[in-house]
Amino acid sequence: MLCSSAVLLTATACGSGDDSSASGGDDKTITWWHNSNNEPGKGYYEQVAEDFEKDHPGIDVEVVAMAHEDMVDKLEAAFQSGDLPDVYMERGGGELADHVEAGLVRDLSEDASEEIGKINSGTLAGWQVDGKTYALPYSVGVVGFWYNKDLFAKAGIDQPPATMEELSADVEKLKGAGITPVSVGAGDKWPAAHYWYYTALRSCEQDVLEDAVTSLDFSDPCFVKAGEALEGFVEDQPFNPGFLTTPAQEGATSASGLLATGQVAMELQGHWEPGVMQGLTEDEKGLGDKTGWFPFPAVEGGKGDPEAALGGGDAWAVAETAPDAATDLVKYLLSDEVQQGFAKNDMGLPTNPAATDSVSDPALAGLIQVRDSAPFVQLYFDTAFGTSVGNAMNDAVALLFAGEATPQEIVDETQEAADQEK
Amino acid sequence: MTSPVTAAPADIEAGAAVTRRVDARRVTRRSGRDKRRKRLEILFFVAPALALMAIFVVYPVFSAARMSFYRWKGFGPMVDFVGLQNYSRVLTDDVFGQAVVHNFVIVFASILVQLPLGLALALLLNRRIRGRGLLRTIIFVPYVLAEVIAGVVWFQLLQPRTGLIETVLTSVGIPVPEQGFLGTPDLALTTVFVVLTWKYLGLAVLLFLAGLQGVPDELHEAAQLDGASWWQVQRRITIPLIAPTIRTWCFLSMIGSLQLFDMVWILTGGGPANATTTMATYLISQGSQRSNFGIAGAASVVLFLIGFAMAVAYQFLVLRRDTRADA
Repeated sequence: MLCSSAVLLTATACGSGDDSSASGGDDKTITWWHNSNNEPGKGYYEQVAEDFEKDHPGIDVEVVAMAHEDMVDKLEAAFQSGDLPDVYMERGGGELADHVEAGLVRDLSEDASEEIGKINSGTLAGWQVDGKTYALPYSVGVVGFWYNKDLFAKAGIDQPPATMEELSADVEKLKGAGITPVSVGAGDKWPAAHYWYYTALRSCEQDVLEDAVTSLDFSDPCFVKAGEALEGFVEDQPFNPGFLTTPAQEGATSASGLLATGQVAMELQGHWEPGVMQGLTEDEKGLGDKTGWFPFPAVEGGKGDPEAALGGGDAWAVAETAPDAATDLVKYLLSDEVQQGFAKNDMGLPTNPAATDSVSDPALAGLIQVRDSAPFVQLYFDTAFGTSVGNAMNDAVALLFAGEATPQEIVDETQEAADQEK
Repeated sequence: MTSPVTAAPADIEAGAAVTRRVDARRVTRRSGRDKRRKRLEILFFVAPALALMAIFVVYPVFSAARMSFYRWKGFGPMVDFVGLQNYSRVLTDDVFGQAVVHNFVIVFASILVQLPLGLALALLLNRRIRGRGLLRTIIFVPYVLAEVIAGVVWFQLLQPRTGLIETVLTSVGIPVPEQGFLGTPDLALTTVFVVLTWKYLGLAVLLFLAGLQGVPDELHEAAQLDGASWWQVQRRITIPLIAPTIRTWCFLSMIGSLQLFDMVWILTGGGPANATTTMATYLISQGSQRSNFGIAGAASVVLFLIGFAMAVAYQFLVLRRDTRADA
C-alpha cells in the first residue's frame, strides 16, 4: 500500500529491498493482474482462471481485477521494487524495451511460438525487442476519427474526408452550419499528439519510421512536413473552445464527452471511444446509431501509406521471476477458445484470427477489418519511443496546438530528448 | 564513661551526616532515575513521530538528492552516475525557469492581494455586525474543502461557453475570452490565482481574527477616550499588535505558494502552453510522466533549496523580532 500511494520522492523506498520473489511466493501460485474490472469481463476472466486451474491440477491462479488507472499505478510501483505479479499487462514499445533491459520480463519467443505464429506480424512488432517476443498482444486497436453521422448530414457532408484538404473543407461546412467541428483533449497532450503521429505516418515512409524507433534519429524532412500539415489544420481553428486545457475523457466536458453529447461533430481517438462515450452519457448508449468512423485522411504529397494505421493495445507478459506455469496461463489466454470468449463479451479487439469473427459490436468489428487490412500498424509514438522521448514529443505537439511551437521545434525537442537516451 | 557520652553526640552527628548524605544520595539517585525515566518517556512518545518523519521526510529528501546524481528510469539498479548533469539540465530548461517565475508571481501576488483583503475582512468581522457567524463561516468554508474537490468544482464553473461563470458574464454583457479563462495562456495564471485566493483567504482571516482576540479592549477604550478615530485605532494599535500573526501568515503563505501543486494540476495541468507550470508540476511531469527520475530529483532538490533559503532568510530578517520578543 505504501508503495502504491508513494509519490516521486518516496518511490525508491520501495525499490531498496532486493527480495525479488514474485507476489504469491511459491511455484504453485500464479498472480494475474488485469484491468477488466467490470462485468462481463471480470466474471469472464474468473471463469478463465478456473478453467485453467482445472486443466493444471495443483496450480492456483490468484486473479486481481483493478480499475485501469489503479493498475497502472500499482504496476509502476511493482517495476520500481522488482516485485512483479506473475502475469501482467505490457503496452509495448520503448517502455517494454526498458523493462527487458532491466531484466524484468521473460522472453516468450520459444515457449509460446505457436501462439506467436497466429498473430499478425505487423501487430506483434510492438512487443518485440531485438527480434524476440516478450509479450503476447491480446487486444490491438487503431486510432481514427469518430464522428456524429447526424451532424455530418446536417452540415451537408455525405462522404467522410479522404485527404487533409477535404477535411479542412468539411470543417468549414460544419462551422457554417453552426457546429463545433472537432474536440480534442489537448490538456492531456497525447490526444493532440495523435494528430502529429498520424500526419507523420502519412508523410513518412515505413522504413523511415521503423528506423526512427531504433536509431532515435528524426532528421528525415518528412517529420517537419508532418508538423506543417498539422499546423495548417490547427490554423483552421476547428477545435472546441478551451481545447488547450480540455481533458481527454473524464466527464461530460471532456473531448469524448463533447462528442458523446452531440456538441461536436468528430474526435480523433482510439478504439476505446465507444465504450468511453457510453460511460459519459446518462442513457449509457453514447452516440449509439449515430456513431461513425473514418480513417485519418491522406496528407497531400506525403510519402506514407494512406492505409497504414496508428494503433496500439495490450499484451500479456510474464515476469522473469514467475513460475513456468505462468507462461502456460498466457498461452491459454491467447488460445482460440479464450480469445473467442473475449470477443463475444466485447472486451476488446482480439488478435487471434480465430476470434475476429466473434466480435459482435459493429464499430469494433469494423476496426478489426481496418487493422488487419492495414499494411502495418504503427504503435503510438509515445509508447514506441518510451516515456521520456514520447512525453517530450507530446509536450512539443501540444505547444504547436497553442501556436507556440513550430514544426521544426517539435522535431528539435524530440531529438533533444532522444539524444539524452543514447 | 565520658567517651561514650562525648562519643554519642559525635556518633549522632556522624549518623545524621550519614543519613543526610544517604538522603542526598537517595535524592540525587532518585532525581537521576527520574530524569532518565523522563527521557525514556519522551523518547517513547516521540519515537513514532520521529520514525514517521524519518521515513516520510528525511529519507525521501536524501533519496531524492541521491537520485539527482544518476540517470535513472525508476526501476532496475541506480548505476548510471552523471554528476551534476541533471542539475544543469534543470537550470537551463526554459520550462523550469518559467515555473520558478510562476511560483514567485504567486508568492508575491498572494502577499500583495490576500494580506490587505484578509486584514480588511478580519477587521470587519471583528466588529459586532449582524450575521457575523454566518459571514465568518462563508469565508472559512473554502479553506476546509479538499483542494482537489474545490479544483474540480472550479474547473467545471470555468468551462468555456457552458460553465456558470461564462454564462453569467455573457448574460450581463461582459465579453469572455475566446478560449475560456483557463484555456488562454495569458489569463490562465491569473485565473488560477483568483481561485487560490478564494481558497486560502479563509485561513488568513481566521489567523488574523485569532490575533485580534489577543488585543486587549482597554487599549481601544483608552485610545477612543483620547479621541482616536476607528481608523486610527486600527492603524496605530490593532495592526501593530497583531503584526506577529501577520508575519507568521506571510511565512505560511510563502511556503505554500512555493509548493503549489494540487490546484494547478486540477485546473490546468500546468498548461496551456506551460503558462501555469510550477516547480512541483515540473517535477511530477519529469518524474512520474517522463520517468526522468534523476531530473525530477534534481528539480526537487532545487525546490527544496529555494524553499529552505527563503525560510531561513525570512526567519532571520523578519521573524527574529518575534522570537526575540518572546524570549
